[in-house]
Amino acid sequence: MNDKHVLRSNVLSGLGLVLMIAALYMVFIYVPTEKHTGVVQRIFYFHVSIAWVSFLAFFITFIFSILYLWKRTMRWDAIAHASAEAGIIFTTLVLITGPIWAKPVWGVWWTWDARLTTSLVLWLIYIAYLLVRAYATEPARGARFGAVIGIVGFIDVPIVFLVVNLWRTQHPTTIIFEGGLTTSMLLALLVSIAAFTTLYVLLVFQSACLKSMEADIKYLRSVQAE
Amino acid sequence: MKSLFIKIFAIFWKDLLTELRTKEVVTSVLVFALLVIVIFNFAFSTGASMPELVAPGVLWVAIAFGGVLGFNHIFTVEKGNSRLEGLMLCPVDRAVIYWGKLAGSITFILAVSLVITPIFLALFNLPLLLPLLALVIVLAALGFATVGTLFSAVAINTRARDIMLPILFLPITVPVIASAIKVTALILAGSPWNEMLIWLQIIIAFDIIYLVVSTLVFEFVIEE
Amino acid sequence: MNEIGTASSSWAIEARGLTKLFGDHHALRGVDLRVSKGERLVIFGPNGAGKTTLLKILSTLAKPSAGSVWLDGIDIRNKPAQTRRHISLVSHQTFLYDDLTVYENLKFYGKMYDVPDLPQQIKTVISWVRLESRLHDRVSTLSRGLQQRASIARAVLHNPSILLLDEPEVGLDPHASTMLRDVLGNINSGNRTVMMTTHDLERGLELGDRVIILDRGRIVYQAHKHEIDTANFRRVYDQYTVID
Repeated sequence: MNDKHVLRSNVLSGLGLVLMIAALYMVFIYVPTEKHTGVVQRIFYFHVSIAWVSFLAFFITFIFSILYLWKRTMRWDAIAHASAEAGIIFTTLVLITGPIWAKPVWGVWWTWDARLTTSLVLWLIYIAYLLVRAYATEPARGARFGAVIGIVGFIDVPIVFLVVNLWRTQHPTTIIFEGGLTTSMLLALLVSIAAFTTLYVLLVFQSACLKSMEADIKYLRSVQAE
Repeated sequence: MKSLFIKIFAIFWKDLLTELRTKEVVTSVLVFALLVIVIFNFAFSTGASMPELVAPGVLWVAIAFGGVLGFNHIFTVEKGNSRLEGLMLCPVDRAVIYWGKLAGSITFILAVSLVITPIFLALFNLPLLLPLLALVIVLAALGFATVGTLFSAVAINTRARDIMLPILFLPITVPVIASAIKVTALILAGSPWNEMLIWLQIIIAFDIIYLVVSTLVFEFVIEE
Repeated sequence: MNEIGTASSSWAIEARGLTKLFGDHHALRGVDLRVSKGERLVIFGPNGAGKTTLLKILSTLAKPSAGSVWLDGIDIRNKPAQTRRHISLVSHQTFLYDDLTVYENLKFYGKMYDVPDLPQQIKTVISWVRLESRLHDRVSTLSRGLQQRASIARAVLHNPSILLLDEPEVGLDPHASTMLRDVLGNINSGNRTVMMTTHDLERGLELGDRVIILDRGRIVYQAHKHEIDTANFRRVYDQYTVID
């Protein structure tokens, strides 16, 4: 990591820390308690932010998968891979915070609604992506296979959402809020989204740098050994 | 253009000949699909007084899982004697290999579906002549085949190749499976045509999208 | 490191700076090669020298990590499908379908290569490899030696100008091996360029016009046959392929 990277990393960490503290403050202190569902509703801000990032992450994987197949720049593959690793963490958190919110509010751990179901399928596609890379016979092949899954999988996500959404319109919809969001709630949500997005960018950046360095070390070792 | 078609057909024909002589794939998958249906009958018979509710799901689970089993063979047959490399030596675009294999996949899954469906309908005491059902089966089979062929090529070059294919295939084909189940349920309930239309459109859209994407992406999968 | 240059079409095969990395293992390290039309080049080298990798790259089965290849003057990166018409590969894998007959296999490959007048061409190549009596038998019923001959028939069916052979004698008993040599003599009518890798120093020297020794991804020795003392070549080979 050169100086530019270190600087970028520090700036991101600092920004992320500030935003996260702000988000925590806003979610737990600033925003008033929602009248219908109570304190538990506060998890909504985190849940939505994390969900947003989980889809953003796969979109990034999608873009960089295409770029990698086009130009074969290892760095882009590293970003795609790192984004998928971050993405699955965030998706797992979505699948955990979802039930935590759902149980006290609706009395059920899980609803097969469009958003949660799509997140579950997204999680499974992430797993497929990571497994294909791990089980490929060589790393170069793994990168290419991953890129293919990244592209094919991402295209699938909106279709899955559409299908599940249609499916569920035959059943009574669960109402998220009566009334809309007040400005204070909207503000808290936006800050929360910004905080988690910054966290995501930092994670991807660090992870991608690490992967690039690992690849460089491998290459240097191979040249030296012979 | 005609030359392309000749080559695609040549690949399809040699796969067909091989399968006819070894009878490896179709018979075993048919047996498997039948077993799935039988086991599901026990799974659901304890409470379901209305078999039409569970029937569509059972049929499509049988076809989807049977399909996954069979799709594994699409490229494993090319493993012996380095035949896949033999194909790659030919002066054709990689996509031609994909389309040749796709033709075989579609035939395979259609064969399985069209045999298992009447058996399924009989076992659930449902009417046997349902032309609309044939339409859904054809459209869904195409969707399964496009994805299955592509992922079969991926899976043969990974360790744990038998489990890799279902893990790749099933999440991606959720839209097709769900839509097919829905349409089948609507058909069995005698619903009007326009209710089914949206679901059929989804399957058709899926087919077209993945046909295009797989064709574009296939060369990256099989190159070394 | 990829050169986009032009090559004259006077060479059958031209390769510059071929490098291939597998993970962190260098299979080929900057190989430069020029093969004239009609030349018969033999490549010796110990296991792991990169012989198979080299042939795979020349036959477009694998892409080099760096470097360029021209076949009959065409850069294989530009028109990969077209260049494959010019080449053919015979290795210890036969590329044949066991459950199909020899005839069906040849028909298949003939279609894939757009071979004109296919039935006649099949007859011709089958007579070259002397498999007429087994033409309609399934490949799985053939012995390894016969399968290799069928594979050679497949390889020359589309009349390639460049024939690549990767240790074709592997797995063949001495009788079959002699047959193979005769067959290679048969099919070599015309100005076909032949490039063969082999462990068999004696047979290789018989066949080749020029000899190369490859070791650990590099060309370490090159000579024309008339420059070589064939009786003592073994010593030369050992000298250049020092074992660690």
